[in-house]
Amino acid sequence: MSSIVIRQARVIDPANQLDGIHDVRIVDGKIDALAPALDGDQIIDASGLWLTPGLIDLGAHLAEPGFAHKGNIASEAAAASRGGFTHICALPDSKPVADSAAVVQLIQEKSQQANAAEVLPLGALTQGLAGEQIANLFSLREAGCVAMSNARRPIKDSYVLRRLMEYAATYDIPLFLNANDAALAAGGCMHEGPVSTQLGLGGIPETAETAALAQIILLAEQVPVKLHISQISCGRSVAMLRNARSRGHAISADVPLANLLYTDEAVRGYNSQFHVQPPLRSEADRQALLQAVAEGELAISSNHRPHEIAAKKAPFAEAEPGLSMFDYFLPLALSLVDEQLSINALIHSLTCLPAEVVGKTAQLAPGADANLLLINPQATLTAQRSSLLSRGGNISCRGQQLTGIAHSVMRAGQWIHQAG
Amino acid sequence: MSHPSQVQLTADGRLKHFLTTEDLSRELLTEILDTADSFISTQERSVKKVPLLRGKTVVNLFFENSTRTRSTFELAAKRLSADILNLDIARSATSKGETLMDTLWNLEAMYSDMFVVRHADSGAAHFIAEQVTPNVAIINAGDGRHAHPTQAMLDMLTIRRHKQQIEGQIVAIVGDILHSRVARSQIHALKTLGAAEVRVIGPATLLPRDIDSLGAKAFYRMEDGLKDCDVVIMLRLQKERMQNALLPSESEFFKLYGLTEQKLALAKPDAIVMHPGPINRGVEIESAVADGSQSVILNQVSYGIAVRMAVMAMAMSGQQGGEDNL
Repeated sequence: MSSIVIRQARVIDPANQLDGIHDVRIVDGKIDALAPALDGDQIIDASGLWLTPGLIDLGAHLAEPGFAHKGNIASEAAAASRGGFTHICALPDSKPVADSAAVVQLIQEKSQQANAAEVLPLGALTQGLAGEQIANLFSLREAGCVAMSNARRPIKDSYVLRRLMEYAATYDIPLFLNANDAALAAGGCMHEGPVSTQLGLGGIPETAETAALAQIILLAEQVPVKLHISQISCGRSVAMLRNARSRGHAISADVPLANLLYTDEAVRGYNSQFHVQPPLRSEADRQALLQAVAEGELAISSNHRPHEIAAKKAPFAEAEPGLSMFDYFLPLALSLVDEQLSINALIHSLTCLPAEVVGKTAQLAPGADANLLLINPQATLTAQRSSLLSRGGNISCRGQQLTGIAHSVMRAGQWIHQAG
Repeated sequence: MSHPSQVQLTADGRLKHFLTTEDLSRELLTEILDTADSFISTQERSVKKVPLLRGKTVVNLFFENSTRTRSTFELAAKRLSADILNLDIARSATSKGETLMDTLWNLEAMYSDMFVVRHADSGAAHFIAEQVTPNVAIINAGDGRHAHPTQAMLDMLTIRRHKQQIEGQIVAIVGDILHSRVARSQIHALKTLGAAEVRVIGPATLLPRDIDSLGAKAFYRMEDGLKDCDVVIMLRLQKERMQNALLPSESEFFKLYGLTEQKLALAKPDAIVMHPGPINRGVEIESAVADGSQSVILNQVSYGIAVRMAVMAMAMSGQQGGEDNL
């Protein structure tokens, strides 16, 4: 049984409050030991590098099955590995939607063939994601779904939402819900505020999120369902979640990285790359979300959504929403460290918190799966479409010089990405 | 994508496209008005054509129906001696992705020199300006809720010709500001040209929440907003506003925001009344006011041709090699 020793990396493991220089030995796909000095069959000199648990994403659109012109599981999982992820949750809005065991199995098979970040399927919460009839939640979980989601598609009404929660609670099935009141958001394509007024673009008010979130929280208080709120974008939502938690409701939530990096100001000039859902909000919202991440209250998700070039070559409102985030996820996330976050808080939001939500472990302790990310914090690169692993050309940072890359990524003891 | 002010000007600050009145300098807006003034006199002659765009091809590219606006652009182009092609294109078939691009490339391949673009999406003219080759000029004839700059400039010309100057005027814009591209363009132009105050008047359902960010002051009652105004601009009310919970009825709108002689009396005695047309009599404005001595509504129509001629001529001269042909 051969062993690998990663020598003298700065080990950052928020789960064990570890931040220091160590050797880490991996044997048979698991972490064998952490110590000041270790020996093994294969030695990797990692001095100057950072070693963290592999990142876990709580929501990405992988385009397969059904949207091969935008991407596929192999391309997007490879891009995710390049971005530092060992596991990614696939939203169920494929075509056909992931509301049957057959589709879930297909996704898993494609994931195994890809030998990249492992895809964790999210099952459809309602049949066809139509928001009306409950999907076969029990069977979907048996097929391997880690949670159920309606992928930002509306649930018909509060009665249906309550019954969905009750059914899921019966079998202890976790739910990922998006707080989005479709009626309030109707006609909107960006955050409602001074910028939308000036550009004459239809606005999505903050209340489209907060009114829906209030409804979810109130219903969840009646139903003991394991609940995660996907893709929040408003500062007020953070306060509402904090309030709910203070009353004993263990509701987790994530924020898309784009909502931490950008505000609605990015839309000026009708830049259709920044047509995203949820919309980019105000600077006050961004600051409140960053603060919540800094305090360990919010996970960060990719909300990765690859598109072919033509999907964005249209007037802003007509352009398809979404950003391709995976390839440059790590350097973009690291750019927040200088601003407001500690590296430990950032890694916590990308490892411990999402791991808890999907029932995984993300730590660098003996006995844990060897899901690792080695970061070269000094390396720089220029973001360009021609070097993407993702099929989606819709990146936010084209032409920018970024700092910090995934030097290498290991999942269950196997290297799934190594920077050239 | 770039900011509109970067897209619509040449490196030396001349008009290359006309997409919005936002961020254009006072000097440039004044130049448009002065040029339009000079065209008014040519329109009063028996031979109305001037040869400025002879040999040029202008395409009216209307993704949204508007016979009135299209006709004024057509007439303006013809009076500049351009060849004009009118294309009404079903929006659903061409607004997205490659289909829209295909349409543009085909028109470029026909050696068009200028596209006059009307589109239901905000930013559409800006998008097209960024896609076309550098020798094609884009004139925005209305995009979504964003901008209708030639309408705004004809309104500026109307104010200037009837009030002698725009500087110092108190201007009230009444009605559906939320969906109005004209109002946004008017506000930008009025602020740049030195209006003392720009007011918007309407119910909260028809006023954007952040309208103050454009530099306008919101009023919810005509009695407050019209007080001491020099200019009253009434906007056209679309009937569909009654169908999606924005307004209860036309009659209640008229009762609260319709311009009557009684309400007009709150403005200055020499205040002028404007409307982009076509008028909904008894909805936005009563006939006695629309046809009254303070109304300049028909003058606006005449000035509209001159302003569009001015903008087309200026934009064409801002294109690559444009001046050689003028």
